[in-house]
Amino acid sequence: MEYFLTEEEQMMIETARAIAIEKMKPVREHYDEKEEFPWEIVKEFAQGDLCGVYIPEEYGGFGKGIMGLVLVVEELCKVDGAIALSLAATALGTLPILIAGNEAQKKKYLPDIASGKKLAAFGLTEAGAGSDATGMATTAIKDGDYYILNGTKCFITNGGDAETYTIFAKTNPQRGARGISCFILEKGMKGFDFGKKEKKMGIRASSTRELIFNECKVHKDQLLGKEGHGLMIAQATLDNSRPGVAAQALGIAAGALDEAVEYARKRVQFGQPIASFQSIQHMLADMATEVEAARALLYATARMIDANLNKPPREQKRTSKESAMAKLFCSETAMKVTTNAVQIFGGYGYSREYPVEKMMRDAKITTLYEGTSQIQKNEIALNLIKESAAKDK
Amino acid sequence: MNIIVCIKQVPNTTDVKIDPETGRLKREGVESIVNPFDEYAIEEAVRFKEKYPGSTVTAISMGPPQAESALRQAISVGVDKGVLVCDRVLGGADTLATSYALSQAIKTLGAFDIIFCGKQATDGDTAQVGPAIAEALNIPHVAYVRKVESSDGKTIKVERLMEDGYDVIETNFPLLLTVVKEINTPRLPSLKGKMAAKKAQILTLTAADMKCDESRCGLKGSPTQVMKIFTPPQRQGGQKFTGGPEELAKTIVGKFKEIGII
Repeated sequence: MEYFLTEEEQMMIETARAIAIEKMKPVREHYDEKEEFPWEIVKEFAQGDLCGVYIPEEYGGFGKGIMGLVLVVEELCKVDGAIALSLAATALGTLPILIAGNEAQKKKYLPDIASGKKLAAFGLTEAGAGSDATGMATTAIKDGDYYILNGTKCFITNGGDAETYTIFAKTNPQRGARGISCFILEKGMKGFDFGKKEKKMGIRASSTRELIFNECKVHKDQLLGKEGHGLMIAQATLDNSRPGVAAQALGIAAGALDEAVEYARKRVQFGQPIASFQSIQHMLADMATEVEAARALLYATARMIDANLNKPPREQKRTSKESAMAKLFCSETAMKVTTNAVQIFGGYGYSREYPVEKMMRDAKITTLYEGTSQIQKNEIALNLIKESAAKDK
Repeated sequence: MNIIVCIKQVPNTTDVKIDPETGRLKREGVESIVNPFDEYAIEEAVRFKEKYPGSTVTAISMGPPQAESALRQAISVGVDKGVLVCDRVLGGADTLATSYALSQAIKTLGAFDIIFCGKQATDGDTAQVGPAIAEALNIPHVAYVRKVESSDGKTIKVERLMEDGYDVIETNFPLLLTVVKEINTPRLPSLKGKMAAKKAQILTLTAADMKCDESRCGLKGSPTQVMKIFTPPQRQGGQKFTGGPEELAKTIVGKFKEIGII
C-alpha cells in the first residue's frame, strides 16, 4: 500500500531498517535466550539518531512526532520486537515530560534522551494497581521543598537500565483520581532502588523490574505539571503512546508475515511448495490483509495525533478513542498473524530454530500492556457513548 | 586537521560481466555503490575527525555525474564535504592518469594533513591509485594499513598487513594511507547524516579548474592498454614420481633440465 510518506519519513524507515537487518538480526536469538539488555544495539539507535525522532528539534530531536516514532518502531520490530522496546518504552517514559514538563525540565532531560545517552521509563503500574491506576499505594508526601516517596512499582519496562523515570504517586490519598501527581526521578537517588527482574514469556531482551521507593526525597522542581494532575498526565501520555505499542505489534506481525510467505514458497510437501496449496494461500491472504488494515488505521491515528498536538492547546481534542482503536486492532492482529505464521511453519514453527515462535511470544505482550485489549474496548465504548450523549444536548 | 578520503563508485556485484569485444567491464544495468574498501577509509577518516575536534573530512571522487551519489553516501556517515572530479577530458583514465587527476584535485583544494584510500577498488582491483596519488604529491604513504597505533598529528605509527604477519611503520604527516577491512567496522548512516547528505552542495572540479596538463589526462595520459581479459585455466594436478631416493633425484634433475630450470 502507498501511504505517501515524506522523504524524511522514508529516511527514518531506511535508517531503522539498516540497523534492524545489519545489527539486530544477527543477535536477536542471543538476547532472547540470555535475557540480557541489548546495550550494543541501543548504541546503534543513538548513533543512527533514532532515539529522538519524536522529540522536537529544539531539544535535540528530529521533530517527527508520533508518526516518526511509529515508523521507526514498526521497522525495528519487523526484525525484533523486544530489542526495539528499549527505544519505544523510553518514548513512553519521556512523553509525560513532553506533555507536562516546564521549559527547565524539558531542557534538562530531553536532549540526553534525544541523543540516546539516557533511556527513560514510565512508572504507573503497581502490584495492586494495573488497569485501575487509581488503586495505587505509592505516596508522595510533601515536606517543605521536597516530596517523600514511599511504595513499589512493578512491571516497569527499562526498569534498572533507564536513567530517567516518570513516576506517579499519590500526593493526596483522600482525593482519589485527583490526588495523583507525576515526578521525574533519576537513577541513583537515595531511597530509589530496583527490585526483582521479571522472567517473561516474551520480550526477553527488555528488562522489566520493580522500582522501590523508601523515604525517597524528591525536590519539588521534579514535579511534572501541577500537584493532583498526575492521572490526567498519565491519560494524555497513554493517548499518545498507545500508537507506539500498536507499531510494535504491527512490526512483529509484518515480520511474521514475511517469514511465513518465504517459508511457504520454500517448504515442499507432497511434491510441491506448500504455497501452492489453497489453504495456505488463504491464510497468507488473510494475514496480509489484516496487517495492511492495521497499518492503515495506525498511520491515520498517528497523523491525527500529530495534527492535534500541533494545534493551539484550546483547540486540541482528546484522541483516546482512536489511539485505543489502533492499539486494540494492531495488537490483536499481531496475535492472530503470529499464531498463523507458526501454523504455516508447522512443527518447525514451534522450534526455536525459526524466528516465528519468538514473534508469537513477543506479540502477546502488546494485547496486555498500556491497557489490555478489554481496557481499550472500554475506552472506545465510553467515547462512543459520550459522543452520542453530546449530540442529544 | 584537514582530512581527505578518496572514494570510487563501483558496480554492486562481484559477477559483473566483461564485454568480450573491448575487454572492459559492462556497467549498464548494474546498481552503483561506494567501493566497499573505501567504506573503511571513510570510517577511519571520520574517526580521525572525531579524534581531532575542529577537523574536516573532504571526500573526493573522480567519475561521471552520477558518482555524486557516492559522495552523498559518504556525507551520510560523517564526511563534511564532497568534491566530484568530473570532466570528459578525464574519461578512459588508467591508474596513472586517475592518480594524476586526483592529486591535482587535492592540490587545488589546498593544504591537507592526511589522505585515506581503500586498499583497492572491487572493479579494477589494481591497488595502485592510492600509492600513486602519494607519489604524485611527493608525500609518504603506507598501503594495507590494518591499524593506526598512535598519532600525534606530526608523526603516525601504523600496522601494515602482510601475508605472514604485520609491519609496524612510523612516518610523518602529511601522508597517505590505504586501509584494509580489518581496520574498523564502518558505521551505518544516521538520520542527521542523511539529512546533511540530501542538502549538501557537491563541488565539481573540471580539468581546467585543477590546471591539469591534458596530455596526462584521460585516455591520452593512460599508458595502460587492456590487451585481453580472460579467466586463467585451472592449474592441473602435476606429475608424480615414485622410486628410491637415488633414482628419484636423477629423475627430478633430468626433468628440471628438460624444462630448462637448471
